[in-house]
Amino acid sequence: MLEVSNLACSRGDHRLFSGLGFALHPGQIMQVQGANGSGKTSLLRTLCGFLTPDEGEITWCGKSIRELDEEYYAEMLYLGHLNAIKDELSALENLRISAGLSGVELDEKEAMNALRRMGLRRRERLPTKVLSQGQRRRVALARLLVSDAKLWILDEPLTALDVGAVALIQELVAEHLARHGMVIFTTHQPLEVAGAEMRSLLLS
Amino acid sequence: MLGLLALVIRRDLVLAMRRRADILTTLIFFVMVVSLFPLGVGPEMEMLRRMAAGVLWVAALLSSMLSLGRLFSADYQDGTLEQMMLAPQSLSMLVLGKMTAHWMVSGLPLVLMAPVLGLQFDMPAQALGILIVGLLLGTPVLSMIGAIGAALTLGLRGGGVLLSLLVLPLCIPVLIFGTGAVEAITAGLSVASHLSLLGALLVLALVFTPWVTAQALRISME
Repeated sequence: MLEVSNLACSRGDHRLFSGLGFALHPGQIMQVQGANGSGKTSLLRTLCGFLTPDEGEITWCGKSIRELDEEYYAEMLYLGHLNAIKDELSALENLRISAGLSGVELDEKEAMNALRRMGLRRRERLPTKVLSQGQRRRVALARLLVSDAKLWILDEPLTALDVGAVALIQELVAEHLARHGMVIFTTHQPLEVAGAEMRSLLLS
Repeated sequence: MLGLLALVIRRDLVLAMRRRADILTTLIFFVMVVSLFPLGVGPEMEMLRRMAAGVLWVAALLSSMLSLGRLFSADYQDGTLEQMMLAPQSLSMLVLGKMTAHWMVSGLPLVLMAPVLGLQFDMPAQALGILIVGLLLGTPVLSMIGAIGAALTLGLRGGGVLLSLLVLPLCIPVLIFGTGAVEAITAGLSVASHLSLLGALLVLALVFTPWVTAQALRISME
């Protein structure tokens, strides 16, 4: 489980938030809310270890994420504003490589199935530069299907997605929570997850 | 560990093959710079023969600077670098993979092209051989030292020039021993000391630069 205590973070001289604390247990989902510039992305990036907090501590199963380092990274998955897909590579290659980087060997059939479930049938072998924004986002989100991470950190996962894809993401999140996974995310669109209580954290 | 290394190298090579213009610009720049010298200083054989090693090495140094900016910037811009830093494996290993792939597409073509250009300067066969051995040992060091600079200047505007200013002074030892080896063989002396020093630089770079680059990348991501 993820525990955050007394966290403070600033960008430049501007203090974004301080004294922030919460705990996320298996099967729980939390939405980080706040106006633009309130530090939602900074909070998520701090949870990933990209940013060093000014104060406070983030622990995973009782140990600081700084100490755990690679062990923590093996159990979390981060999806940021950027899709982290290469224009020159096909959807299939992109998915297999990003899975490989996160330590999951993926054969072609598994990758194909994941992409098809994301609604990319017959687009699997096209270079992603010919895909639309929404389709590229779907390629990035296909990583959720092939990852065995316990903690999902999703920064605006619904941008550029159509109604069908949003429903699919809701379904995936619900499945993940049913497997005792944890999700922390930000969004400006409503995301309803069946069978789970949505906790929310308001940054101001 | 090795699986990750192979994955990163393969990925970067595939990407390079789909963007061939990038490889060609480095190589063509190298050929052009080397070919400009005889035009500039005149076709005096004796002088050209004496300059050859220096010209080739300096040109290799400059053209290796050209491709350094791209080493991490594309991955940084599309978010792949973030994901690489979250990989549950050692970031240093991953960086080593990227360095190796970078050398294979930007350093190795120069090494292969060098003997052809050396003939233009009427270099004797023996000197050509030593030049190639020197370049083979030296160009990976250039890629590795360059990677530190590339990681430090990541995301900076006008980082390209700053990168060269940072990296070029650090590459001077490679240049000195590389050209020194060729001079030694033409003077009939032993090249062992020069080449072993180059080899030592290579080993040192292999041990330290991936780790330093990984730390620099972490700083750049903040």
